[in-house]
Amino acid sequence: MYEDPMYEDKRAAAPPLQQLTFSLADEEYGVDILVVREIRSWSRVTRIPQTPDYVLGVLNLRGAIVPIMDLRLRFGLQRESYGDDTVVIIVAIAERLFGIVVDAVSDVVDIDPAAIKPVPDMGAVVDTRYLKGLATHVERMVMLLDVEKLMRPEDVETLDAALPAVQDVEVAA
Amino acid sequence: MAKILAVDDSVSMRGMVAFTLRGAGHEVAEAENGQLALDVARGSSFDLVLADVNMPVMDGIAMVRELRAMDAYKGVPILMLTTESHTEKKMEGKAAGATGWLVKPFDPEQLLATVKRVLG
Amino acid sequence: MSAVDLTQFHKTFFEESREGLDAMEAALLALDSGSTDHELVHTIFRAAHSIKGGAATFGFADVAAFTHVAESLLEEVRSERRAVDSGLIEVLLRSVDCMRAMLERSSQGRPVADAESEALRVELVQLVSGEIAAPAVAAASLVAPVSGWNIAFTALPHLLQTGNDPLRLFRELQQLGRLEVVRAFVTDSAPAQLAELDPSQCHLGWELRLHGAVARGDVDAVFDWLDGDCELTITPMVDAAAADAVPQTSDVPVPPAASASRPIRETATASSEGSSIRVGIDKVDALINMMGELVITQSMLSDIGEKFELSQLGRLRDGLVQLERATRELQESVMRIRMLPIASVFNRFPRLVHDLERKLDKRVRLELHGEHTELDKTVLEKIGDPLVHLVRNAIDHGLESPAQRKAAGKPETGTLKLNAYHEGGNIVVQISDDGAGLNHAAIVAKAQQRGLVAAGQELSDAEVAELIFQPGFSTAAQATDLSGRGVGMDVVRRNVRDLGGSVGVRSASGKGSTFTITLPLTLAIIDGLVTAVGSERYIVPLTSIVESLRLRADAVRKIAGGGEVFHFRDEYLPIMRLHRAFACSDAVTDIERGIVVVIEEDGRRVGLLVDDLLGQQQAVVKSLEAHYRRVQGISGATILSDGSVALIVDVGGVVRLGQHRKAA
Repeated sequence: MYEDPMYEDKRAAAPPLQQLTFSLADEEYGVDILVVREIRSWSRVTRIPQTPDYVLGVLNLRGAIVPIMDLRLRFGLQRESYGDDTVVIIVAIAERLFGIVVDAVSDVVDIDPAAIKPVPDMGAVVDTRYLKGLATHVERMVMLLDVEKLMRPEDVETLDAALPAVQDVEVAA
Repeated sequence: MAKILAVDDSVSMRGMVAFTLRGAGHEVAEAENGQLALDVARGSSFDLVLADVNMPVMDGIAMVRELRAMDAYKGVPILMLTTESHTEKKMEGKAAGATGWLVKPFDPEQLLATVKRVLG
Repeated sequence: MSAVDLTQFHKTFFEESREGLDAMEAALLALDSGSTDHELVHTIFRAAHSIKGGAATFGFADVAAFTHVAESLLEEVRSERRAVDSGLIEVLLRSVDCMRAMLERSSQGRPVADAESEALRVELVQLVSGEIAAPAVAAASLVAPVSGWNIAFTALPHLLQTGNDPLRLFRELQQLGRLEVVRAFVTDSAPAQLAELDPSQCHLGWELRLHGAVARGDVDAVFDWLDGDCELTITPMVDAAAADAVPQTSDVPVPPAASASRPIRETATASSEGSSIRVGIDKVDALINMMGELVITQSMLSDIGEKFELSQLGRLRDGLVQLERATRELQESVMRIRMLPIASVFNRFPRLVHDLERKLDKRVRLELHGEHTELDKTVLEKIGDPLVHLVRNAIDHGLESPAQRKAAGKPETGTLKLNAYHEGGNIVVQISDDGAGLNHAAIVAKAQQRGLVAAGQELSDAEVAELIFQPGFSTAAQATDLSGRGVGMDVVRRNVRDLGGSVGVRSASGKGSTFTITLPLTLAIIDGLVTAVGSERYIVPLTSIVESLRLRADAVRKIAGGGEVFHFRDEYLPIMRLHRAFACSDAVTDIERGIVVVIEEDGRRVGLLVDDLLGQQQAVVKSLEAHYRRVQGISGATILSDGSVALIVDVGGVVRLGQHRKAA
């Protein structure tokens, strides 16, 4: 039986997911490019009372009042100083915008959906609730971020109660 | 083609009639009651008048009477647009001098056919 | 062949039908209160007639069928075959409600007729007398073949004056078959002398033969309009029996109208499908003028900027002042576009009051003042429900029954007054009744029962008034189905608060009560005072500020539990340290070095401690909830002139917080 190799490839491949990759505490993460609205440098943020420490406050994005979250603090890591190099990725879910502060932004890469592995339960630095899966790109592991889970305020509040443990985790080198 | 005056207090009905007739190439002027229609008619010369019966200020029947009293409109076809299938209303219209009537609801095709019929 | 698309007229049809139904309702209410204006009957009839015609034309068969029956009933009234009585008015009001609902469903593409509308339609059919002539049935076309028709057609002299033209008739006949003119003649009506002939008169007659297998109905149709304008005889060229179908008049029994209890239309929701707004042409003109001024100012500034020299500084400054003025005026003009008269909300109340009168057996005279007072469209849409509740409450609990009123020496008909006016930056709506007023004793008893108030505690009138706004508070022994079930004053207050306003009440036992709702004129822009708390900026709405002052340390008294109060006018006010409430780390903590801003809400006051006052600013209010969530103590955010974000203090929230501390 002759099988055209080209035909077989086409049959197997699903369209690749495009991810914007960024680095945070020496780890690589990815966010679905479709939810990324903008990449900005750091600008002054107005603090909002009664919010968790990882919600830094809000900033003015061309008239919209957008909350900014420090991803390091969200994952229980040490805060870095914010400066000219700091990058803020603005994402949008269902018309709601919010920004996440990361260390640096890398490339947009294609990830084969078939190659995404589930996240293992233990040994993770990060609360795995926010991860969709793990992928490999050019020999590096990229952790795919579930932005929707990051942003839902109700989750934010209920998870607050569950988070204290994360604060105690040592940052693996 | 023809100059038609459409008189009806319902905006949507007037709109429908005007739109249909203009689409067939006629020139259409509109009025929302009998009194206004008379003013418009005086200032122009129409080939056909389409008028609703029930309107505020001056109803269709009174308007027909007044129109027929005007020299310019003695022989111009005037059609009443009526929902009433009661014979008395049609007869009242006739007695006032109307040419005929068109019973609502009518669809655009019926309107065009009747207008064509009257204008010849 | 492309059919004409009529859907473009649907929206207009729905709008004018809604207006027609409103007019019907108003006229029905007027008739009910004893008016004998016959024009009202015509208005009601015309409205139903128009809706029926439009519904049928645009394909809304169920609406047309229902309205047809209502129209028949109204026709009887119009031709004075049926008298107007309150029972009839009730049925017609119910029909109006039904038609409204049916039209609403039509516009949403949902199934229109339901069990309720069918039942009402049948009820109407039964009401209408059985003498309604059945719709004329077109004569059945002949089945038997004919070879043609003999037509004797003699014009009456006035034929031409009806706009009918014999030539046209002949052309139409020719389309049916071969037309043969057997004889044409001059009729006896012709004058003897040719010179006397009036060309507008027709003195001619014809004998015609129409050859072909033509149906009698088709021949009749050609002469359809000429009844009374001619003498016409049509005989078949071949004998055939024509069986005319006899219209069956249905046997309609006429039982007395069942008086079904009509559900009270409680919600005064404005029909806001999507958002469109009707704007008076004067507002648009004002806008255009403003734009003109702005353009002029802008070009002037642009000129200056082009070849700027220091000597131009004066002109530059002038230009900027002009720009600021033009921008502000433009902004006001634009905001005014969103402003609509409160009449559209007030107009629901005659009907509501009418329904409540019957349901609760009370007599109420409704007075509406200030209907032209304008407010923002969004506020307008949301103010309806709270107002409805207050009106319901006034009639249900405030006004006594006619018997009670008589016993108290009051006129049996109670008065309910609604008044709307502008004051400062706000719109004020008052609902006053001349009823029994708040029952001080009953309210205190209920509060004690609920543990809100300690036994034996003395309460001032103001404090008692405040109690009725507590959740679940109702002194009605059994909650009537109107005012009970948890839809209480607390919800009214919350709704009004959400609009940025406040509601209060004043009452005199035996004399009546007045509820006052105060709302900001627009939601979108406030005048604010920019305050500094540490390195942060907080805006306090100017309309809530009573006074700002510096306090000396000895003016502050500490109370049990750690709170601080100070003497202001003739009361002690709690101090709310914003730096603590908002956790600002680098702020002034020494009261003497800060400023206390006294704010007020619902008659209660609190002093806010801030570092400094930085000036006044008009703030465009932006919500936090759009992208984040509601934050306690903060009502929104705004963008300062330097592009940074400042938070707006939620005065009501802060005052409540302060009061809790005080009570603690």
